[in-house]
Amino acid sequence: MSTPAIEILGLTKDYPVGFWRKRMVRSLDNLTFQVEEGEVFGFLGPNGAGKTTTMKLLMGLIYPTSGTARVRGRSIDDIQMHREIGYLPEQPYFYDYLTARELLDYYARFSDYSAAERRERVTRFLGRVGLADAGDVQLRKFSKGMLQRAGIAQAILHDPKVIFMDEPMSGLDPVGRREVRDIIHEMKQQGRTVFFSTHILSDAEMLCDRVAVLAGGKLQGVGAPNEIVSIEVHAMEILFEAHEGRPLPAGLASHATQIGGRTRVEVPESDLYQALHELRNCEARILSVSPVRPTLEDYFLRLIGREKANSHAVEVNSR
Amino acid sequence: MSATPGIVAINTFREAVRDRVLYNLVFFALLMIGAAILVGQISIGIERLVIINLGLTAISIFGLVMAIFIGVGLVYKEMEKRTLYSLLAKPIRRWEFLVGKYAGLLLTLCVNTAFMTLGLAAALFYVGRPFVRSDASILAAVYFIVLELALVTALGLFFSCFSSPMLSTLFTLGIYITGVFSKDIRDVGELTNVSALKTLTRVVYYLVPNFHNFNAIAVVAHGDAIPFSLIWQNTVYAVLYAGVVLLAASAVFSGRNLK
Repeated sequence: MSTPAIEILGLTKDYPVGFWRKRMVRSLDNLTFQVEEGEVFGFLGPNGAGKTTTMKLLMGLIYPTSGTARVRGRSIDDIQMHREIGYLPEQPYFYDYLTARELLDYYARFSDYSAAERRERVTRFLGRVGLADAGDVQLRKFSKGMLQRAGIAQAILHDPKVIFMDEPMSGLDPVGRREVRDIIHEMKQQGRTVFFSTHILSDAEMLCDRVAVLAGGKLQGVGAPNEIVSIEVHAMEILFEAHEGRPLPAGLASHATQIGGRTRVEVPESDLYQALHELRNCEARILSVSPVRPTLEDYFLRLIGREKANSHAVEVNSR
Repeated sequence: MSATPGIVAINTFREAVRDRVLYNLVFFALLMIGAAILVGQISIGIERLVIINLGLTAISIFGLVMAIFIGVGLVYKEMEKRTLYSLLAKPIRRWEFLVGKYAGLLLTLCVNTAFMTLGLAAALFYVGRPFVRSDASILAAVYFIVLELALVTALGLFFSCFSSPMLSTLFTLGIYITGVFSKDIRDVGELTNVSALKTLTRVVYYLVPNFHNFNAIAVVAHGDAIPFSLIWQNTVYAVLYAGVVLLAASAVFSGRNLK
């Protein structure tokens, strides 16, 4: 059995809050899951769910209260682990006195490339993220989207095996988002593992082999996007053309919405045949009957409601 | 030996140059030119003394201001702007980053001091005094200033690992001033009969770096030589002290959760 690309084993993080009387607040609670080699894995959750905390823990920017994690079998405490990963922080900020080319050259130096290799790579990756013409512009003159592209370039510059991206689509226009999606696809085709957090669920549905959903610092579920949503209750959608002069039964009319000349109604799966019978009685022309599968977005929004996302943190003790 | 501190150091130097930190050299040059012209007119016979005193004091003050104000922001700025995030995701140990930042600022201070020393030499040349062999002691005094700056930078960096730039400035400046007067503080303690005060002043004397020993401005201004033993002692003292402070800074920084 091959080593997972990422193994997260009971990661827990408590933060002290308050000035005089410090109390500990738990922002991540016993997080455990793994990501397989070559997967595109989405890390979903509302603001404050603990996504960035998890990313920072994996990057060694903060230390866990308990638990650990491994990337390609190496502990996150092992400096060699960092040779195999790339990281795009959320809303990246770089040395604004450098040009994009100088920035990438600076980061490439830590991967022991020769000067010629660095030059070639930097030029290639600037082009890859659409900054070929802005390579010699100082980063202080970059827009948010351009900074994001520079951030992506530095994350993939050294051909890492596992790429961590914290909200990679953030701040990008539709063209930029498309380009990032293409880069993620390309990484997958090259056999690399991509682990990215996002709250843009359509991106996750489009890109991810599997997703993990986090809320209130706790893992809510892991699986393929359609597996995650399939646990929800289904409904059935009926699209029909009503017969003129034959009013709909009150039970259906109250749920119906008009779309052009057609009418749409959503009923529980158990009421489907009863609804079809009533529609036939009033001579409606049935156009389609289809199951309503909740999208990841529906699941996500329900989750937020359940967890009261804005007050997610759990106080674990008082001092 | 890891190349990482060197890579970080060169970038830190580049940052200082691009942020126009070395523009202070223009002010120093103007000061030296002005002083040379003025002194040439009003202080006949003691031009050397005045120019050396003024020049070395200015080199020391300009260097200290840079060491403290840039030193205290070195790490803090990286944490605050989160430039550190993408950097520490590379194969870089935190202590390597810290040593690199320290070396980068020290390089900046050395370049700055070297240019100011050239300015001082030009001012001495302007007042019409040929260089003599004993002028080499001026270089020794400049070297002491560099050692002093190395110590102050290490202290600033240490404090910036856990406190804000304002507090770090106060702490560093406080230790510097205490260090300049540490011998006097100990002497005051020796004069009292209060044993607790005596102990306290001795602890301060031994704990705080003794910056008084690095001040050779008056000695060289009067044309006296600096003994080689003092150069050797000051070098060992500064290297050891700065090394210990950097070790402490690395320990603090390595255990720190970045916000």
